[in-house]
Amino acid sequence: MFYREVGDLKTTYRSDQQVLTITQERYAIFALLAFMYAVVPFIADDFWLNTVIIPALIFSLAALGLNILVGYAGLISLGTGGFMGVGAYACYKLTTIFPDVNIVFHILASGFFAAAVGVLFGLPSLRIKGFYLAVATLASQFFLEWAFGRIAWLYNYNDSGAIDAVNRSLGGFALTEPYGDTKFQYLVTLTIVVFLTLIAINILRGRFGRSWMAIRDMDIAAELIGIRLLPSKLLAFAISSYYCGVAGAMLVFLSLGSAEVESFDILNASFPVLFMVIIGGLGSIIGSFLGAGFIVVLPIIISTVPRFFEIDINSATVEHFRFMIVGALIIFFLIVEPAGLARLWQITREKLRLWPFPN
Amino acid sequence: MNVMVTDPVQQGADDGRISDEVILKVDNISLSFGGVKAIQNVSFDVKRGEVRAIIGPNGAGKTSMLNCINGFYHPQQGTITYKGTARKQMKPHIAATQGIARTFQNVALFRGMSTLDNIMSGRTLKMKANLFWQMLRTGPAENEEIEHRKFVEKIIDFLEIQDIRRTPVGRLPYGLQKRVELGRALTMEPTLLLLDEPMAGMNLEEKRDMSRFIIDANEQLGTTVALIEHDMGVVMDLSDRVLVLDHGQMIADGTPDEVQANQAVIDAYLGVAHE
Repeated sequence: MFYREVGDLKTTYRSDQQVLTITQERYAIFALLAFMYAVVPFIADDFWLNTVIIPALIFSLAALGLNILVGYAGLISLGTGGFMGVGAYACYKLTTIFPDVNIVFHILASGFFAAAVGVLFGLPSLRIKGFYLAVATLASQFFLEWAFGRIAWLYNYNDSGAIDAVNRSLGGFALTEPYGDTKFQYLVTLTIVVFLTLIAINILRGRFGRSWMAIRDMDIAAELIGIRLLPSKLLAFAISSYYCGVAGAMLVFLSLGSAEVESFDILNASFPVLFMVIIGGLGSIIGSFLGAGFIVVLPIIISTVPRFFEIDINSATVEHFRFMIVGALIIFFLIVEPAGLARLWQITREKLRLWPFPN
Repeated sequence: MNVMVTDPVQQGADDGRISDEVILKVDNISLSFGGVKAIQNVSFDVKRGEVRAIIGPNGAGKTSMLNCINGFYHPQQGTITYKGTARKQMKPHIAATQGIARTFQNVALFRGMSTLDNIMSGRTLKMKANLFWQMLRTGPAENEEIEHRKFVEKIIDFLEIQDIRRTPVGRLPYGLQKRVELGRALTMEPTLLLLDEPMAGMNLEEKRDMSRFIIDANEQLGTTVALIEHDMGVVMDLSDRVLVLDHGQMIADGTPDEVQANQAVIDAYLGVAHE
C-alpha cells in the first residue's frame, strides 16, 4: 500500500548497491532534502532554528561520528566531548591566525586536528577493549578538559578564559553567531551535515566499513581474512574524531557563538552524544539522527508545553520535570527496543512494506 | 610410537589433482601452554591439491595445530615451511595475504552483517581503492566493488545460498552459517584452506552438502584442504591422507585405509590406557 516496489528490479550490481535501493525511499529522501532547504527556512522562526534545528543537526553529526566508532567499529569512547572541543579550539585558533581564510574551510580543517588527537588516544585500543577502553578514553576527556582550561594560548589569553565570538562571513554575508543571520547559519549547517553524512555513508558501505564491522563482530576472524587490527581501529578513531571535531567547531561558530570548557565536558557533550547513539541505534546512520533529534528536541518541546498552554509554573519546576520526563522516556525506549529508534523504524518499515498483510 | 610413512605415488584416488609439490611442511613442532603440552614433536606435510585430514580424540591438539599454521599460536620448537619459506612466527593477517584461509569450530561469522557483506569481507585483501575514492564512492572504488561483487556472486551460486544473500547471518540456522563461513573463506581464493570441524552439529543432509562443497572446492577450484573432523565416515571418504594425533603426539599418518587398520589409532579411539 505505502510501498510499491513490485517490479522495481535491479538488473546491474551498480543499481543493486545503491544507498537506497527502493525507488520510493530515494524520492522520499530527495523530498525531505528539498523540504529542509526550501521550506524550513521560511516556516521556522529564529527561536526554532537557533535552539532546536541547528543544535539537532550539529549533534547529529557528532552522534554520527561517535556511531562510526562505537556502533560500527565496536570501540567504546567517552571522549567525544574532548574531541569536539579539539575541533572547536582548533577552529578558533585557525580563524584568529588566518582571519582571511574562509570560516567554512577552517571548520572542515579543524576536524583534522581532532582526528590527530583521536588517533593518539585511540592507540590503547589495540590492547584494551570494552569498558576498559571506555576508561582510557575518559582519561583523554579529562586531559583535554584540563588543556582547554589551563593552556591560555588555546583561547588567545582572553580574560574570559573562553572562546570569544568572532565575526566571520561567507560570500559577503556575516555567518558566525551572533553576527550572522540564523537562516544563513542553518543553510550552511545543513549543507555541511548533508555533505559529511554522504561521505560517511560511502565509507561505511565500502571496504573500510566492512572491516570495522568485522572487527566489531569477531576480531579474530577479521584478522584471518587479512584485516590489520591496529590501522583499521586507528582509522575508525580518526574518522570518528574528525566528525566530532567538525561538530564541535560548528557548535561554537554556528550555534553558541562563544564557548567555554563546560560546553565540551563529559556531562554536556560526551554523555549526551553517547546517549544519542545508544537511543538512536548502534551501527545505524539514521539512528544517529533520530537519537540526536530525541535528545536535543525533546527537552525543548517539554519545556515549551506549559508556555504553550499558558500554565503558570516557575521555570525551575519545568526544568526538574524536564529531566524526569526525559529520563523516564530514555528508560522506556530502551526497554521497548534496546536496539534503538533505528530498529523501531526498521520494524515499522518492514510492516509498511507488507501492509495490509500481517507481518 | 607407530608412525607410518607412505609413498605418495601409491595413494589411491589420485586423479591428477595432487601435485608432488609440498605446499606446507610442519617440522617437529612443539607447543605448550605452561605445563600443558598441546603438541609434541609433530611433523607432517600437505601436498598441493590434496585433502588432508587431521583427526584425533578431544584435546589431541588438532585445533592448536591449525592455530600454529595460521599464526595465532607460535610454537616453541620446530619450523613451519609454507610455499618454500620457513618461518617460526607469523601474524594471522600475513597468513591471510599468503593464501591461508580458515573456518572455525564455533562459527566465527560477523553476526551483525548480512551474508553478502560477510562474504564480501573475504575480498578485503584484494580491494585496493583508497580512502579518497571510498569517500566519493565513484571511479576505482565503485568499479572495484562491482568487480568483487561478481566474484562473490559466483561463490554464492557455488554454495547455493542465493536466497539468504540479504539476511543478517545471526538469524541463519547453524548449518547455513557454516556454509556462509566456508563461503567467506573461499572468497579469499585461498591456496590452503583450513577447516576446523566443518560438519560439527550438522544432520546427515547438511553433512552431505558440506562434503560436496569441500570436494568441489578441492576439485574445481583447486584448493588444498586441511580439515579437522570427528565424523570418521566423512574423513575416510573425503581425505587423501590422514594425520592422527593423540595427546599432542602424532600416532599415525597415512591413507585412510592404512590409518583405519592402525592399532595405535584403534587404541586411541577405543581408549586404551596410556603409559
